[in-house]
Amino acid sequence: MPYSDKVMDHFTNPRNVGSLDKNALDVGTGIVGAPECGDVMKLQIQVDSDGRIVDAKFKTFGCGSAIAASSLATEWLKGRTVQQATELRNSDIANELSLPPVKIHCSVLAEDAVKAAIEDWKRKNARSDASTGQMEETKRT
Amino acid sequence: MALKLPIYLDHNATTPLDKRVLEAMMPYLTTDFGNAASRNHAFGWKAEAAVENAREQTAGLIGATAKDIVFTSGATESNNLAIKGAAEMYREKGNHIITDLIEHKAVIDPCKRLEQAGFQVTWLKPDRFGVVSAEQVAEAVTDKTILISIMAANNEIGTLNPVAAIGAVAKQRGVLFHCDATQAVGKIPMDVEAMGIDLMSLSAHKIYGPKGIGCLYVRRKGPRVRLTCQMDGGGHERGMRSGTLNVPGIVGLGAACVICRCEMADEAPRLTGLRDRLHQTIAAGLDYVFLNGHPTQRLPNTVNLSFAYVEGEALMMKMKDVAVSSGSACTSASLEPSYVLRAIGVSDELAHSSIRFGVGRFTTGEEVDYAAAAVVRGVNELRELSPLYEQARENRRSQAKA
Ligand SMILES: Cc1ncc(COP(=O)(O)O)c(C=O)c1O
Repeated sequence: MPYSDKVMDHFTNPRNVGSLDKNALDVGTGIVGAPECGDVMKLQIQVDSDGRIVDAKFKTFGCGSAIAASSLATEWLKGRTVQQATELRNSDIANELSLPPVKIHCSVLAEDAVKAAIEDWKRKNARSDASTGQMEETKRT
Repeated sequence: MALKLPIYLDHNATTPLDKRVLEAMMPYLTTDFGNAASRNHAFGWKAEAAVENAREQTAGLIGATAKDIVFTSGATESNNLAIKGAAEMYREKGNHIITDLIEHKAVIDPCKRLEQAGFQVTWLKPDRFGVVSAEQVAEAVTDKTILISIMAANNEIGTLNPVAAIGAVAKQRGVLFHCDATQAVGKIPMDVEAMGIDLMSLSAHKIYGPKGIGCLYVRRKGPRVRLTCQMDGGGHERGMRSGTLNVPGIVGLGAACVICRCEMADEAPRLTGLRDRLHQTIAAGLDYVFLNGHPTQRLPNTVNLSFAYVEGEALMMKMKDVAVSSGSACTSASLEPSYVLRAIGVSDELAHSSIRFGVGRFTTGEEVDYAAAAVVRGVNELRELSPLYEQARENRRSQAKA
């Protein structure tokens, strides 16, 4: 299967590989996918007090497109606010990487990973500040 | 000498044409273009003589007589002709067929079609190495069984079946035995008499011959096997396979068979040496490497390995100078990992991490070393990226502490 130049670029030079301290309060961690299905993505964000994403890291078990999709997602997240990050759509990733139809699920997984990381960050920060009532809200989701 | 890239280590998928085979074919692609069925002129006679010579050569590799060879377009067609042809011909005798779960699709799908047409198919489950035993086959035979179809060597993992023992069961129970020997022929000795095989498929492009040509061995004596033809027409090939003969292809198949017969004894140990050198070099450089298939009862050229925590297609991208194949779902349209690995009990996770390496006639030790280094490097790089590897390392650390 031929890969687009962008996929090859992210695959050969993945951006933001690594791990942040998953126990830190300002870090949100999303782990999605399943090894039996051939893809697992771990995506982490570090958020400052203004709600801006100051760092993002990933580790991915999966095919080249999955690795490229998560690399691109972390690149895109850095510098944005958490609010902006919730607007990331899998189609943005798929288009940017010119993913063929059989690889669309890789971009879906990347979107899920971003969402899961944001959820995790919100949950942690709601818990530390229960009086805001945010906790109730996130618990339901 | 500088290494020529990319390196081809996918000889189970197909092989390059041996130059000697091409030389033998050339006249029949150019000057000697006649139709082997033209009985009235020299062009036809020449073509016919070439075909009959190739028939002898092909038969010679598998212990058959020339008249038992039916030329086809390849092993897919041979398997279809053998299975559907026998089922239709012997339908009155019975409706039961025995095969196994890790056959090539070109056996599985004809059997599935027969199932839809009302035949009963027993799908034997191989052991964890991929072996189907003669005892399993014997237990499955009923008085309605008309055909046993078990492969000689598996195309994904290279595991060899006890073909002679299965052939003996078939003989004893009076059931026809078809063997898809596409991967085995030319790599290990195959003998239809010694092994009790009644129908056998093979393909030229797996043995350094051209693509689009193969044959079905059809036993003519003890017992005489009859088949319902699957291609109606001019009645070529004893009426079993109509269609103008592919003369250059047939000549190529014959030439390829002669080379295999003469060189197999030297070639097989050389391939085994390269295969094991590849395996050992990789295993020395990495942890969590698992062999899929039988440790010893295996094709001389094939080694299928799973690299835990790394996805197969990504690994192939990492070593783009080395051509191999993977059982990962990402390499197929189905999103399911290899059904062969699943059937022998490999977990889906490890099936996604599998790579098949197949060395060949022109593979060098230098190429093997290059490939092994590329694998080790690629796996290490991808494991640095892998959340599963990170987790495994953490688990190991906390276990060590406890
Ligand atoms: C075991 C086996 N059977 C059948 C085939 C099909 O052969 P062909 O390509 O000649 O149709 C192959 C090759 O892919 C094979 O490995």
